[in-house]
Order: sequence, then C-alpha cells, then structure tokens
Amino acid sequence: MKDSKPQEGTVGQRTRNGQGVLMQGNEAVVEGALAAGCTFFAGYPITPATEISEDMSWKLPARGGTFIQMEDEIASLGVVIGASLAGAKAMTATSGPGFSLMQENLGFACVAEVPCVIVNVMRGGPSTGLPTSVSQADVMQARWGTHGDHPIIVLCASTTLDCYCLTVKAFNFSEKFRTPVILLMDEVVAHTREKVRLPPLEELEVVDRIRPNMPPEWYIPYEDNTRGVPLMGAFGDGYRYHVTGLVHDTHGFPTQRSDETQVFQNRIHRKIEQSFEEIHVVRKEHAEDAEMLVIAYGSVARSARRAVRDARAQGVRAGLLQLSSLWPFPRSMVEPYLRNVKAVLVPELNRGQISREVKRVNKGACRVETLRRIDGNLITPNEILVRLTKM
Amino acid sequence: MAQVTALIHEYLRHDKKFPHVWCPGCGNGILLGSLIRAIDRTGYEKDEIVLVSGIGCAGRLPAYVDFNTLHTTHGRALTFATGVKLANPRLQVIVIMGDGDATAIGGNHFIHAARRNLDLTAIIVNNSTYGMTGGQYSPTTPYGARATTALFGNVEHAFSIAELAVTAGASLVARGTVYHATQLDDLVERAIRKRGFGVVEVISHCPTQYGKKNGMGGPVEMLRWQKDAAVRVEKAAEMSEEDLRGKFTIGILADRDLPIYVREYRKVREAARARLEEKENKPKIRLASGS
Repeated sequence: MKDSKPQEGTVGQRTRNGQGVLMQGNEAVVEGALAAGCTFFAGYPITPATEISEDMSWKLPARGGTFIQMEDEIASLGVVIGASLAGAKAMTATSGPGFSLMQENLGFACVAEVPCVIVNVMRGGPSTGLPTSVSQADVMQARWGTHGDHPIIVLCASTTLDCYCLTVKAFNFSEKFRTPVILLMDEVVAHTREKVRLPPLEELEVVDRIRPNMPPEWYIPYEDNTRGVPLMGAFGDGYRYHVTGLVHDTHGFPTQRSDETQVFQNRIHRKIEQSFEEIHVVRKEHAEDAEMLVIAYGSVARSARRAVRDARAQGVRAGLLQLSSLWPFPRSMVEPYLRNVKAVLVPELNRGQISREVKRVNKGACRVETLRRIDGNLITPNEILVRLTKM
Repeated sequence: MAQVTALIHEYLRHDKKFPHVWCPGCGNGILLGSLIRAIDRTGYEKDEIVLVSGIGCAGRLPAYVDFNTLHTTHGRALTFATGVKLANPRLQVIVIMGDGDATAIGGNHFIHAARRNLDLTAIIVNNSTYGMTGGQYSPTTPYGARATTALFGNVEHAFSIAELAVTAGASLVARGTVYHATQLDDLVERAIRKRGFGVVEVISHCPTQYGKKNGMGGPVEMLRWQKDAAVRVEKAAEMSEEDLRGKFTIGILADRDLPIYVREYRKVREAARARLEEKENKPKIRLASGS
C-alpha cells in the first residue's frame, strides 16, 4: 500500500515560494503534524504547550479532523489511543505535570503497540516547578517514566524548523514501528518565534502504518514478521481483534505462559533495536577533527553551536554533536568520537541526565565534564565557550 | 432454550481459550448473555460494534465476544471509547465497567462523558466491591458493610450511580439487575439504540468476595436479594419513603433528548473552515528578503 502524501498546512503559499515565515516553535509542531497527516488531537491546557492545543482546536476541524479538550491529561492520551485504534493519526501535547499523568496510558500504548505522538514541552520542575521557565529535566522520565521494561522512541527539537520536521518524523516512526513516540521540546524552543523556511511538501516523507489486506480469518493481530511490527487493522475495517494492556499472545489474548510472554517482550524490543541506524538522529559540526567535543540537545544545542564556532575562531579545536534523538541513546554514533577526543562537555538544563548516558558508553575512554544549569535560565554561548577554553 | 444458546455461540470468540476467568455463580455471565441478545436485536454488524472495558472482573468480558474489543487501563475506558467514537462515528461503542472502575478512579471521566453526551453506551456492573483484587470497598459499598480494607465495617456512604448519571447530563439512564435478566436485555438494547450517552447500571452479585464477607449466602441467595430489593420505577412512584428504605428502583430512570456531541461538533468544523479560508485569502505581510 502506498503511503499518504504530505498534507497542506495553513502556511501554504508563503512557504511554497521559498520565503521565510515567522513562526513559533509550538506553531511549527502543529504545521508539521498536519503535514504528516494528523487528523486527531486531544489535549489539556498547560504552560508552555497550550499554544499547540489552541492552534489544533481550529486547524484540525478546518480540515475535517477532530480536536477535543479533555478533562485531564490522562483522558487526553486515552482518547488519542482510542482514535489511533480506529485508524486516525493522533497526537497530544503537554508539559511536566501532564506528562507525569500520562505515564500509565503511555505504557498501555507501548504494550498494545498503538502509534501516537506525545509532545512534552519541558519546563522547570519538579511538581508545579517553574511553569514559565526552561529546563531539560524530563529526559530520563521520557525513557523510564512508565513502569516495566518497555522500548520507546524519544526525539528532541532544537529549532523551529526542528519542531516541524521532527514532528513529521515522530509520526513516521510511530506508524512504522507501531509505538508511541515522544517529542521533547523545551520552553525556549516552544515559545521562540523565528524565521523558518519549511521544506517543500514534495520533499517530505510521510509513512503510514501497514494495514492487513488478507481475508480476516487469516489475520493474527500480533504476529511476528521480519520487521517485528505486526500489521495493524483499524476498528471497523473487518479485522475484529482484542487489544489489551495485559501481556498477550499473538492473537491479542492475555497470557501468563512464559514461552508466550518471553516472545512478546523480545519482539517489542527487537522491533526498535534492529532499527537503531534509522532511528538515531545526530547532527555534527566540526566534529571530525575535534579535540573538545560538546554533546548537546534542545535549546542548549543552539548556544553550543555558537560557542563551538567562536572557539574554532579562537583556535580551539571544538566540535559539536547535536542529539535530535535521545532514546534509544545513539550510542553507535557517539562512541566513535569518544575514542578520538581529549574531552567531552555535556551542557544541559538538568542535574546531569544525558551526561550519565555519555559516561556510560564512554567507559573511561576520555574525560567527560558537565555544565549543569537548573535555575530556569538558558545556558549562554559564552558559558560554554569559557568552559571549553578552560578545558 | 437451545435457540438462545445458539445465539450466544454465534457471538462468542471461538479462538479464545476457555474456561473464562469468572467464578461459578458470578453475575457477569448473565450480563454477557443480555448484551449479546441486545446487540443481536439492534441488527448492527459485528464489525460495527466496539466493546471497550476497564479493569476488573467486568473488564474481562470483551475478550470473549466476537467484536472489536479494547481492554483499557483502570478507570479510563470512557476516554478510550471517546477517541474511538470521535475518530469513527459510524462505530457503535459500548463500554463495560465495574463500580470501582467507573465511579472511583473513573469517576471524573464518567461525569464528563455524560456531560458531553457522546453517543456511547456505558454499562456499569455494580456488585459493591472490588472483586478481582479480593473484595475491597468501593464507592458503592453500603455503610457498615465489611471488606478486606474495611474489617470493622465501612464508614463511608455509597452514592447512587444512576442518580449521578442523571445529574451529570446523560440522555438515558437505566438500572437493572442480573436477576431481572429479561428486563436487562431490554434496557441494554434501549441504551444502545439511544442517540446520546446511555447508562445502564447493572446490579450484580459477587458471592466469592462481597457475599462471603457480609453473610449474604451464595449466588442464589444474592439473586433473591436482588429480586426482593428491586422495585420497578413506576411502582416506586406510588410508594412511601418508609416503604422504599433498603430498596432500589429498576427500569428507565431518565430518557431525554439532548444535543449530541458529534452533531454539535459540525458547527465547529464549519466555523473553523470559514476561519481557514479567511486567513488564506488575507493579504500577506512580506518579510524582508536576503536576511
């Protein structure tokens, strides 16, 4: 079956001419979702993600899609999962407190293998925290927030263009791997308005879940195949099957037999693990001959880019690895550099979450330093530059 | 009798491993029969039906029947059902929940689903306990009853699910029991046919947990209790408060025509389309090029 074509957003004319458009990060998420074929959004207001709900509330129904504001974030993700099972590309958006509420249903989507996109715009935490300030402190939660052994894909946007492109990618990954995908942003990325040149629709790849087309009696809803991703029938299409959060056999029925539960666990992990190359998104700048490497993500990556360029201008051999996918941690793309550089600096707006992963894969190959800021303010290019020169 | 059995067999999943998880004497089996008979009477195709359930013994019902079935997280069945219905309004979505699932952890979603008046059917199996986990007290456990988390008698008071549904704005509210099985068939059928949020509270029994802890006897005695305590709504209207103490009404408690969500949402679509057209036709502000 052919994948769908990218859908026209609201930005239309202005970007097709190749001109820049002034756009907010949150706004770009909505445009990206529309381009990817999102037809369903359920959400709940929360700073700094509310603009996504507000934009969706009219842009979706304007195109025949559906928006609903639910009574809480738990309900929002429940609605998204239900809509996806009925065949829609569905999404929700929230911030820390709401993301915490969504964890149970997130696990459900992992076990039932329901494609959906969850945007988490990180703000100061924990708890009510600093609602209007920036942080990057939900990185570990995005990986492990829901209980049990589960695989997950987590992307991270750094610019308004990222917000657009990575939202499309998030939908594509969710459809291709039948998994929830979390798009992490931070408050700065969400609320920054900047000029952006969106890629022409013809250049966008849009992926759809593979639906069954055999006689319904032959359909085994959670059957394994080379990709590890079962074909997904939509409710009402003629493939009646059982979906549950209980660990289940290939027919979808609950099981406690260890041969069946083992097979299930192995498959849902394998479907992601065997596609690491495709899922990892890492951008490099001046990294090949770097002595000092900065590994950064989100809005901090923008400061890091400036700092690395300034450092080079001063004769320091600095380089940047910008992580646009955080989980599964892009170990295979980071490791080669760790062996060749003298030191690594991981600046982040938390008490050291990605730096832990870097240290883990580093295994003492080089020196890893951290630059942590947790006061609700951005790390500036100068702060990184000063550290680089000291290193 | 054989005809009824044949009908049940037509709707059971034949690739599902039996025996089922319920205890001998459980009321859920009667409800399952009522549900099948009601759906059969409506004439909907199996592919058009989506059964969504919560967590608990009642939540295990959908796995056994040949429809599109969805067994969700505790208390959230109505939210998943909302998503299914909104994404494909042509589907008939029926939600099965227990009393704890629907009114404790799911209470908030219950109220809002009723308020929105989505075209869903909510069937709440009320056996006044959390049976699956061993018999803890729930929002519908009577004052003074015993439970594993109320060893000395429940000090909370129960509320009425049906009355809650009426106040929250459900279009149709009915209460039945698994003893009054024939009436239950009718009530479930009416709730499915009703356009808008239909609620059927099904008084049931859990002899294994609740019954045993409260000296209510076995399934037969508990069914007899349902028979004695139930009063038809029409009859209750003529009875005194004194006579109604310790009893509950069965039948249709409310049936009104309220605006349905999907129809209301069409207005949103029209207005949104108009707004989009307006935006696309507005003269654009040009940014300075070459920056």
